[in-house]
Amino acid sequence: MSSDMTPVTISVNGTDYPVTISPSRNLLSVLRDEVGLTGTKEGCDDCECGACMVLLDGQPINSCSYLAAQTEGRSVTTIEGLVTGDELHPMQRNILEEGGVQCGFCTPGMIMSTCALLERCPNPTQEEIQIGLSGNLCRCTGYGTIIAAVARTAAEA
Amino acid sequence: MQFSIATTLDDALAALAAGSRPVAGGSDLVVGARHGKGSLPDSVVAIDRIAALSNIESTPTGLRIGSTVTHAILMEHPDIVNGYTALADASALVGSPSTRNIGTLGGNVMNASPAMDTGAPLNVLGASVELQSAEDESHEVSVASLWTGPGKTSARPDELCTAILLPHRPPRSGSAYVRLEYRRAMEIAVVGAAASVELHEDGTIAEVRVALAAVAPTIISVDVSAIIGASVDEATLAAVAAAASERATPISDVRASEKYRRHTVGVMARRAVEAAAKRANGEHIAVPVNRAVGVGAATLQATGVTK
Repeated sequence: MSSDMTPVTISVNGTDYPVTISPSRNLLSVLRDEVGLTGTKEGCDDCECGACMVLLDGQPINSCSYLAAQTEGRSVTTIEGLVTGDELHPMQRNILEEGGVQCGFCTPGMIMSTCALLERCPNPTQEEIQIGLSGNLCRCTGYGTIIAAVARTAAEA
Repeated sequence: MQFSIATTLDDALAALAAGSRPVAGGSDLVVGARHGKGSLPDSVVAIDRIAALSNIESTPTGLRIGSTVTHAILMEHPDIVNGYTALADASALVGSPSTRNIGTLGGNVMNASPAMDTGAPLNVLGASVELQSAEDESHEVSVASLWTGPGKTSARPDELCTAILLPHRPPRSGSAYVRLEYRRAMEIAVVGAAASVELHEDGTIAEVRVALAAVAPTIISVDVSAIIGASVDEATLAAVAAAASERATPISDVRASEKYRRHTVGVMARRAVEAAAKRANGEHIAVPVNRAVGVGAATLQATGVTK
């Protein structure tokens, strides 16, 4: 494996991170173990649960199933990139206030999917919210409070 | 693993000729090799930045869809939604928003899963694929002769799928793809069926094609020529269901038994023909048709599509 190590520059939340990795590494593991941003979670590692959702050039992708080297020259946004100083992103605040966080493991992925949804669809219907979050599983809260947080975020914008 | 990013078609073809395998979104390739438990190819070339592969364009013979066009584009593209609606039905059902953003039509076609959602639509729409290698001029292969088994195609390893070609649609025609699913996202077809229907002025069937997903080693077509000339009524739809169930050779696995698949693929086939005929007749059924006629559909009665 070591003979395949390749220098790659990963741009995350506006900062370039030069890393030397095997090109077979997925983006999720490089974000967590090389870049050191652990807000993005590994759930199923099978492109099913959405805990690893990040934005690539503004579009949601499952980072467990995307080669890190393929992001060269592109822009990755993770949950850490949403905070402005000490101020939470409106969806971060609303998901807390609506009780949409229990164990919290799905939360970063839910929020990243929400950001992508509201970017392309600022006033989503209930069904559009459900479709927008359809790649994100939650095993605690039962979705109602999460969907309410998305609707509240849209209404406040 | 060796990895390169191609920005031109020639670069990609040269990499394939040297033994690389192509990756676009990676949703099949990378999941199949997670954590190195499976195996990624020894050499991979990324083809998702090649501009020549990412267009949808009208041609004298129909529509040419570049192989790296994503499901998110296909499900909303006016030419697909209006003219090749079954394909839009299918792309709208693939995975989740994130899967549809990176998953490509070329990837779906060349991965050759017998449960692929876009396969039965491409079959009934008469699609072919354009294959190109560094060595040869590009050539066309019908999808029916491309898929040779689960995960197997007739393409050589050095050939790249550069486009999917769809012939013009006749007037008074419509198409639809219906899938049996246990959940509404991140699902793989339990069974699926696509239909293309062309109607005479009097509403009888002038031409009809039906193809099935997840009931054989490849996407298969069903001979429904017996209903040409008939009206789209209960007897006609029952004949479609019977023909589809008889043609299917499904397996039993974790998602369904052989018997259940054989029965339900008939139900999906009759729904697909009925929805395609309604669209051919000018009625609007939104994409994806599954939300109108599928399992658990809220608007079943609203659209008037039966069973």
